[in-house]
Amino acid sequence: MKLRTFTIGGIHPAENKLTASSPIIGMELPREAVIPFAQHIGAPAACLLKKGDTVRRGDLIASASGFVSANVHSPISGTVAKIDKGTTAAGYRTDTITIVASDADHEADSASVSIPAQILRNEAQLEALTPEEIVAIVHEAGIVGLGGATFPTKVKLSPPPGMTADILIINAVECEPFLTNDHALMLEAPTEIISGVRMLMKAAKVDKAVIAIEANKPDAIALLTDVAAKIDGRIEVMPLKVKYPQGGEKQLIEAVTGREVPSGALPIAAGAIVQNVATAYAVWRAAALGEPLIDRVITVTGPELRKPGNYRVALGTPLRMLIEMAGGIPENTGKVILGGPMMGKAIVKLDAPTMKGVSGLLILPMEQARRPKTEPCIRCGECVTACPMGLEPYLIATLSRFSRWEDAEAEKIMNCIECGSCSFACPSSRPILDFIRLGKSTVGAAIRARAQQPNK
Amino acid sequence: MNSILISIIVLGGTGILCAAILYFVARRFYVEEDPRIALVEELLPGANCGGCGCSGCHDFACACVSATTLDGLNCPGAGEEAMRKIGEIVGLASVASKPMVAVLRCNGSCENRPVTSVYDGAGTCAIMNSVYAGTTDCSYGCIAFGDCVSACRFGALQIDPETKLPVIDEDKCTACGICVKACPRHLIELRAKGPRGLRVWVACANRDRGAMAMKECKAACIGCGKCKKECQFEAITVEDNLAYIDYNKCRLCKKCVDTCPTKAIHSANFPVKRPAKTVEENKESTGA
Amino acid sequence: MNQLLVVSASPHIHTSRTTSKCMWNVVIALIPALLCAFYYFGIGAVIVTAASVTGCVVTEFLITRYMLGRESSIANGSAILTGLLLACNLPSNLPVWIVLIGAVVAIGIGKMSFGGLGCNIFNPALVGRVFLLISFPAQMTTWPLPSVNTWNYADATTGATILGSLKLGEINVSDIDILDKLTGMAGGSLGEVGSIALIIGFVYLLVTKVISWHIPVSIIATVGLFSWSIGASPVIEILSGGLLLGAIFMATDYVTSPMCHRGMILYGVMIGIITVVIRQWGAYPEGMSFAILIMNGFTPLINKYIKPRRFGERSVAK
Repeated sequence: MKLRTFTIGGIHPAENKLTASSPIIGMELPREAVIPFAQHIGAPAACLLKKGDTVRRGDLIASASGFVSANVHSPISGTVAKIDKGTTAAGYRTDTITIVASDADHEADSASVSIPAQILRNEAQLEALTPEEIVAIVHEAGIVGLGGATFPTKVKLSPPPGMTADILIINAVECEPFLTNDHALMLEAPTEIISGVRMLMKAAKVDKAVIAIEANKPDAIALLTDVAAKIDGRIEVMPLKVKYPQGGEKQLIEAVTGREVPSGALPIAAGAIVQNVATAYAVWRAAALGEPLIDRVITVTGPELRKPGNYRVALGTPLRMLIEMAGGIPENTGKVILGGPMMGKAIVKLDAPTMKGVSGLLILPMEQARRPKTEPCIRCGECVTACPMGLEPYLIATLSRFSRWEDAEAEKIMNCIECGSCSFACPSSRPILDFIRLGKSTVGAAIRARAQQPNK
Repeated sequence: MNSILISIIVLGGTGILCAAILYFVARRFYVEEDPRIALVEELLPGANCGGCGCSGCHDFACACVSATTLDGLNCPGAGEEAMRKIGEIVGLASVASKPMVAVLRCNGSCENRPVTSVYDGAGTCAIMNSVYAGTTDCSYGCIAFGDCVSACRFGALQIDPETKLPVIDEDKCTACGICVKACPRHLIELRAKGPRGLRVWVACANRDRGAMAMKECKAACIGCGKCKKECQFEAITVEDNLAYIDYNKCRLCKKCVDTCPTKAIHSANFPVKRPAKTVEENKESTGA
Repeated sequence: MNQLLVVSASPHIHTSRTTSKCMWNVVIALIPALLCAFYYFGIGAVIVTAASVTGCVVTEFLITRYMLGRESSIANGSAILTGLLLACNLPSNLPVWIVLIGAVVAIGIGKMSFGGLGCNIFNPALVGRVFLLISFPAQMTTWPLPSVNTWNYADATTGATILGSLKLGEINVSDIDILDKLTGMAGGSLGEVGSIALIIGFVYLLVTKVISWHIPVSIIATVGLFSWSIGASPVIEILSGGLLLGAIFMATDYVTSPMCHRGMILYGVMIGIITVVIRQWGAYPEGMSFAILIMNGFTPLINKYIKPRRFGERSVAK
């Protein structure tokens, strides 16, 4: 059978899934957790506590401020030590709250994590939940898209009036090289994931769900197909041909349904809602265990790391602890990346906390840290061939380099999904995406300014 | 002979026909323009820097000609003399404007700011600013790829090879403000040039707490407020751990410059007081 | 960990392809054709090739080093490739000084005057070849007969090409042996003989993904269809002259061909049409180089107006 995939562009980076067969290891809770209020796309959450307050693991510490925003909960029990500016992994300042656990708190938390969690709602009770109740649970639990975009899940489940979805697509593609956190999760918790998918289907009011998995994870495909068939016939597991960026929302919708999201429109315009598989699992945890989003599975990997693996990490844990867990930072480290190598962000501050959107921590040795030398563009067209959005990266990069913003907009620069295929494919190793991003932010600001002054 | 004649007639005829068409088209579509616009435009620098608020020099000239008062219309690039002449052309009194100059609010030179990471990407300030805080721990300071230098239409900016900071040539700077817009970290400020070019400003934009700011950069403003206490004219405010001097209130007494523990307050064009201060003066002139 | 961390924007991994690898792959793909030429034209072919490559490399070196004051760009292999391609377009008995003039024009005017690699509008090797064709028409159109002059360079036995003879009506289509054309037993420039060798090179380029099929296939298909529709023999037209060499190696030059696949197909079709038009109704027996140069000129226009299929263009409903 011919596997489905998206039709325009795409690349095949080396997979490097070093941790594909590693089980999920629970990581020790931190003594001190630093939690930023802006862990999601949208307005930062508003702090509800003051210095000296005590919190329990899972308590709400900051509430969503606005429609596009998400609640933030405490990953550990303890006392609020300070509410202050902290440093993000990129070195910028952001508002954070620091919670310090006493020895007793720490022991109690650790004990509660190690035993199976208490069931809050059993199968029948989960079945009885109404769509509105599920959306409320998702909102309360502060669940955001765990694929990396961190878009509040509640917003995705509340489509704009007049628009309806007919299919829920569960993104279990994991097209980023190196990352295996979703893969490990699927092997570990297939029943829970299917249960979460069923709740998402009910909340989104659709009758069909497709769990899209790239063909390089045959064990997960087999397992989930099996479990899905037993529990709910409306859920289909669809293997996809391996190609990057299959996990891009628009690419995935096209691969699964053959429909293309029109330029500038939301995925709902193509009748589809896409949720990450880890998000579905988090929904199950919130509904069945009553546990908000306070931890997640993270792949800690790298060619020279001693113990790469998939870890269940409490949010707020310093990234340095993750690296220590994986065998310490290698001598030859050149670059530390949050996320995968295609779309992840290189970071400088290893003491920064783990956040909701962190799917992986990739440590590259010095030889792979530097970009190859930039050479003149030979107009080979590789970037055009690779672009999954059918753009001409060489052109829009050059236009934004020379500040020709109007022309860049006319060439659909805003359609770019920043997947990095163009920069990856360029034989002259030109910083194509760097300039496209610059153009996107400038053009985006201009478009917003225009929208505010419709007369001009 | 005959063929030569034919070719002359054919080619000549074509030429005359084309000329006639061009002539009539030009007549038909001629756009009448106030001749004063061209006169005004001649006095302008023609850099289209946008410092006047218009989208270019031609637009500014049109605005001058159609204006009822020159108040608010000022070309910083042309200078006072040219503005006076423009006033004569359009028959309006030119309004004297306070001469301004661009200053850099950062003194994070190589020796002041320890480098903590390596950046390996496209070399523009705007791009690096969107990637991360920078090669030093100070997330407010100058990135030094020179977006301001390439934006300047008057050649008034260049990167000092030693400090790796942009240096503003105050004779060339017209205070058009294009560099202010070009800097992604808003480190360039237009300030009153001051009498004889004398001016005092805080050469730092770091809003971190004192201890953290000091670790990030030896020359950072730590928000200690000593300058504020020292200032008799209430020209200094400290907000978010950062001092700011209001140039309208500053009387150029220079007390804050001497009192600042991190030498974050810079002065320009003051005469050298003591020989011992030469080193400091040198630094100031590079920061200017 | 002692070093400072490196930071750059994503992506953090990169394809193993580089510009110079692409160039060297094209050089490798040319080897069968060159060996074929050496076999049929002997010492003359070797001398012309060596002169052309040396001329191109030395010109590029001198210009980058002494006129532009830049780092020398020879290592990326593009000058060597231009030299080889130029040689492929020359007859094997061409005097060395003419070859050198061609090399200087190809690199100096065809490439470096525009700013070097990536900036030129016209294919440098073809600029050199056409310059020589116009400047030295006699030398450029006397072709040594293959296999008979292996050790003879200066005064080889010469003859016309098949296309030339066809044009003058000296021979008929039925006189031509297709097998000879496939194996190279026909007069012509160095790289024009040995169609099989060229096709081997084509397959190599496709397998290594240096080029895509769009340009060569659209040129060959257009020439075949068009010449068939006007009553010429498609097979002879395709196998004769510089068509295969041009379609596979010259028209696919990255710098001077369109960027997107739709544009490439239009470019190929137009080259095919112009080639047949020149061959059938023009003054020259062969029109491949002119056709490619003409379409090189149109490449920026094609890039401006022929866009790839944008995502989201297709209607939502299915």
